[in-house]
Amino acid sequence: MNIVARFEIPYYQYLNETSTVIDTLPEFAQDPQHLQRLYRLMVLIRVFDSKAIALQRTGKLGTYPSSRGQEAVFVGMGDALAKTDLFVPYYRDFGTLIQRGAKLSDFLMYWGGDERGNSYSDDKTDFPFSVPVGSQPLHAAGIASAFKIRKEKRAVLVTCGDGATSQGDFYEALNLAGIWQLPVVFVVSNNQWAISVPRSAQTGAKTIAQKAIAAGFSGEQVDGNDVIAVRERVASALKKARENNEPTLLEILSYRQSDHTTADDASRYEPKGVRETEWVKEPIGRLRRYLESIQAWSETDEQKLLAECGETVDQAVAEYQNCPPQPIESIFDYLYETLPDIYAEQREDVKKKEVPVHG
Amino acid sequence: MAEISLVEAITQALAHEMRADADVVLLGEDIGKDGGVFRATQGLIDEFGPERVRDTPLAESMIAGVAIGMATQGLKPVAEFQFMGFIYPALDQIINHAARLRNRTRGRLTCPVVFRAPYGCGIRAPEHHSESTEAMFAHTPGLRVVIPSSPARAYGLLLASIRNPDPVVFLEPSRLYRWAKQDVPDNGKALPLDVCFTLRTGADVTLVTWGAMVKETMAAADALAKEGIQAEVIDVATIKPLDIATILASVEKTGRCVIIHEAPRTCGVGADISAQIAEQGLMFLKAPVQRVTGYDTIVPYARLERYYLPSENQIIEAVNNVMEFA
Repeated sequence: MNIVARFEIPYYQYLNETSTVIDTLPEFAQDPQHLQRLYRLMVLIRVFDSKAIALQRTGKLGTYPSSRGQEAVFVGMGDALAKTDLFVPYYRDFGTLIQRGAKLSDFLMYWGGDERGNSYSDDKTDFPFSVPVGSQPLHAAGIASAFKIRKEKRAVLVTCGDGATSQGDFYEALNLAGIWQLPVVFVVSNNQWAISVPRSAQTGAKTIAQKAIAAGFSGEQVDGNDVIAVRERVASALKKARENNEPTLLEILSYRQSDHTTADDASRYEPKGVRETEWVKEPIGRLRRYLESIQAWSETDEQKLLAECGETVDQAVAEYQNCPPQPIESIFDYLYETLPDIYAEQREDVKKKEVPVHG
Repeated sequence: MAEISLVEAITQALAHEMRADADVVLLGEDIGKDGGVFRATQGLIDEFGPERVRDTPLAESMIAGVAIGMATQGLKPVAEFQFMGFIYPALDQIINHAARLRNRTRGRLTCPVVFRAPYGCGIRAPEHHSESTEAMFAHTPGLRVVIPSSPARAYGLLLASIRNPDPVVFLEPSRLYRWAKQDVPDNGKALPLDVCFTLRTGADVTLVTWGAMVKETMAAADALAKEGIQAEVIDVATIKPLDIATILASVEKTGRCVIIHEAPRTCGVGADISAQIAEQGLMFLKAPVQRVTGYDTIVPYARLERYYLPSENQIIEAVNNVMEFA
């Protein structure tokens, strides 16, 4: 008997849950200002998230999926991406997209039921959220194929949740990236839950990262509560993609500190006390304690930041609430580049329609 | 000029557009050295290389999803599915993504993909190789569904579909792939989408059909002419969006209409055409609209498939029925 294959899955962490540096920090993380910038973004995301939930609870926003607990994943990815790279998000990823030119109000528009939320104010290249779970890794593979065909030194970053890794499309995308050697980085934002189903019920494998091995490239686990590790590993994988057309799978581990969406009640299935146990690992407090330990953050800074974030979010809410709905006939205006004549009558008809009353 | 078959016209259109536009890329199973199971991409890998004629692993959803990603970056992918019966794993990608991307991004991202597939029965193929479920795609907002029925229309409509800025499901009647040959000049001239083609004019009855059933319908029209019945034959060609105006104008002239398709009857495209005639052309009618269609069954295996397909005689019988009304 011969062993024909062996594999290893590394786990990356720089700042542990007690905010202790356990490995030599990457160069960017030796710059306190850089870390402050990441910290500010994480706080902004959390402030926005709380506001969005409050808006939903008061009937001013539709169903909304919280990003609480995953802030370091979104911020680390956004910071690692080059402007010329392309990002294909899953539905909690607004925190990455706001670093790419999308506005906070875009996401209120989207979750408030307005397609214009997907037109991303100053980000004209990245993808909208894929609501059908797990379809988007294939789009990323296609985009990466286009970059490679055109010999552009660009990478694609695509995200999905742990539940999406059970979809055939996820495997098909990994498989193709390995065969065609595509400049794509697959991130699985593993927050341990797919609505009510825990990670342990999605796969019998010890890690999700090892699924890359079957596709012929490397996979690794990253502490998703450590923004330094996320930023460093995503940047490293994107560089390999851009320079060598080498795909990577990153399983970024965090914990969903919320219900699945505002339409969910996790108390029906989440074991009592787990969320609290996991909270000690959460990313914002972890980085704050570190910044304080190197005298790069103070309570005054914190209060100032919270006030700024509150203002920024209030402004986004005002933009959303002051934006009138699209004209009703717009439902026809983006079906095709030019609306075929036979639909003109329906388009005229809808303009005459009274506002329906639902009771 | 040598005459070419429908499948050769497909190859000719693909080659023309790949020469004319570097953004056109092909992907699918066995389309490289093998030239595709029906040889629609024969020789193209030699001329354009494996970067632009891409053999994919065996996964249909992947073919569609990757084509969508490519298209958003300005490429014009033409994706081949080996048979219509194998498109179904790709329905999420085609219906949820390709058809909606322009709408959901308010025009920021678009999806100029052609999804090609052989379709229809009558070639004694194994099961799942005989589907004609075009109505499923015709029901999906944001798609175009195009079905050629001759070498010339295959060439011109495929060029138009590749140049179209929106996703097109392009269904090639496999029964006609090598049936009649035609002169098809390789002049790069596209035919218009979204319009029907009137293949034969006549004052007595309108026969509306598409795809491989054009063959039986034209034969029926010839036979009827010998009996003194002049049938107008309309090849719908673009199933969605449907050019109902051409059909209504013909029905206004003839007062009678028979719709022929090989797809199952219930919720087939014929039902919609019939409904639109009832809504907009009832007063033109001298007789009820009739449909001659496949049955509401699974397409039988090869030994019985000829019984499933509408026949020339069934079409003639339906015409004789509608002619009995004064």
